[in-house]
Amino acid sequence: MTEALLEARGVTRRFGGLTANENVSITLERGKLHALLGPNGAGKSTCINMLSGDLAVSDGHIHYKGREITGLSAPQRSRIGIGRSYQRTNIFPGFTVFENCRLAAQSRRQRAWRLFTNALSLEDTLEKARAVIAEAGLEGREDRIAGTMSHGEQRQLEIAMVLATDADVLLLDEPLAGMGSEEASKMVELLDRLRRTRAILLVEHDMDAVFAVADTITVLVNGQLLASGSPAEIRANIEVQQAYLGEEAFHV
Amino acid sequence: MIFSDRTALILKLLGVSALAGYPLVGSEFYIELVAKVLILAIFAMSLDLLVGFGGLVSLGHAAFFGIAAYTVALISPEYDPANLWLVLPASVLAAGLAALAIGLLVLRTKGIYFIMVTLAFTQMAFYLFHDTALGGGSDGIYLNFRPEPRVGEWMPFDLAEGHQLYYFILAALVAVYVLLGFVLRSPFGRVLVGIKSNEHRMRSMGYSTFHYKLGAFVLAGALAGLAGFLYAVLFGFVTPELLSWHESGHVLMMVILGGMGSPIGAMLGAGSMVALEEGFSLLTKHWQLLMGLVILAVVLFLPGGLIALPARLRGLFARGDHHD
Ligand SMILES: Nc1ncnc2c1ncn2[C@@H]1O[C@H](COP(=O)(O)OP(=O)(O)O)[C@@H](O)[C@H]1O
Ligand SMILES: [Mg+2]
Repeated sequence: MTEALLEARGVTRRFGGLTANENVSITLERGKLHALLGPNGAGKSTCINMLSGDLAVSDGHIHYKGREITGLSAPQRSRIGIGRSYQRTNIFPGFTVFENCRLAAQSRRQRAWRLFTNALSLEDTLEKARAVIAEAGLEGREDRIAGTMSHGEQRQLEIAMVLATDADVLLLDEPLAGMGSEEASKMVELLDRLRRTRAILLVEHDMDAVFAVADTITVLVNGQLLASGSPAEIRANIEVQQAYLGEEAFHV
Repeated sequence: MIFSDRTALILKLLGVSALAGYPLVGSEFYIELVAKVLILAIFAMSLDLLVGFGGLVSLGHAAFFGIAAYTVALISPEYDPANLWLVLPASVLAAGLAALAIGLLVLRTKGIYFIMVTLAFTQMAFYLFHDTALGGGSDGIYLNFRPEPRVGEWMPFDLAEGHQLYYFILAALVAVYVLLGFVLRSPFGRVLVGIKSNEHRMRSMGYSTFHYKLGAFVLAGALAGLAGFLYAVLFGFVTPELLSWHESGHVLMMVILGGMGSPIGAMLGAGSMVALEEGFSLLTKHWQLLMGLVILAVVLFLPGGLIALPARLRGLFARGDHHD
């Protein structure tokens, strides 16, 4: 039995005359990692932006746990359990790594009215921040100013921050891009573990990684859903190979 | 921070002691001037909460200062002193409510548009008092008696007496400073700084940033109201100029001069602004020109404001050492 957590039904997004996503349907199930493939400009980020509420849909519907959420704002979607990371690192560059993660963790119990409580005394938040720093492989770098770290470390932080929000659905926009190969393989292991209790949508260019971890693969080209299926089906799909992967892209 | 926590605490205690001791040695004129500085320091700290911590550059902050000042003048009886414990909360509440109403509208805009709409609102408030009979028109109105802190028959202190009013204002300043200290350490304060750094990410992590900004706007408006209330009580006279955009710009310059993002900086800004204005006006009647030059120099050569001066000096000396 699988549990569909997030469902996009025929979503479309237009930018003026350009249709960045046309009638795209995607279902994310708990326990499954769904990879989204496609060349640059195919509309992958736009798709994630619509699911996360960063962009409004031009058409179509989005459901979460059986409830329509098309009209919810990004913060509302985050609070009900939809978390995301960004293709272009989107952190708090002037804060320490710890504060970046602590702020992310604090979002789960915001306690905005507790004006006389020291934020640094909220143990649940601190513990969560420490845990995700360890999970993302950033131990020992808690006090580094985020903006001064290497690009790869900032990518790890980007993931740590999503994890700190305890999301049930993770929308990850090219999380591995820019990471060192060791960090990347650790991150793939982490995704593999996380997937057991959550639903993950992964945009990734590294084919080996995608075919190794994905349960389902959807291919997007020019904003259109070209194919969707198991890795084996996608591999066999000749149309996909021509349109996107190219013969030499497969070293199988 | 360049000073250790202990040194900082000692410096703060010294500062408060010096201010507390000042009425014992100062002349009436200067006691009133320092009291005015203390009030402006509260005003500047309240604006710094928006500008320095929330990243919200408001050019309309004087509206809340002025609304509270008018409130106490308007609700006080003409021939009797009002009760402090009524008019103080009422004035602060009026400013806070005005901030809530205005904030609901202006916080929907960002950046340059935010500056423009806050400016527009303060101009509206200015003309409301300037062009209608509501508060005596362009002449303003008098507050004939300072409010009494009466509790039944008991009068714990007497604001009609200059020194006691001075200490009341000093106590208000310390209270606001302590309050802001708590707020900035709280989850709310952390979110505010996060919004200044990267509002987009704050939203995608689940923070409804509009509500946080509104909370900050109301708190800052209420604290500006406290300053406006004290101003009306100190001078016994309220004019529409108090809510003009000049006044908003004035307090913004104090914050920039002292250094944004630091309540102590805001206080330093208020103090040095008044000191420079007084000093320059003794020298020349073109003192505003000199004032402009000072602000320009600070922005160009000391971007962090006066509060950043110790760190800058230390940096200079440290570099000097390397040359040896
Ligand atoms: N905010 C925007 N405004 C206008 N055009 C956009 C915007 N975002 C994306 N696009 C366009 O939509 C198309 C899809 O972009 P994107 O979703 O970023 O693709 P991908 O992530 O697959 O590389 C591109 O042609 C891009 O230029
Ligand atoms: Mg993209």
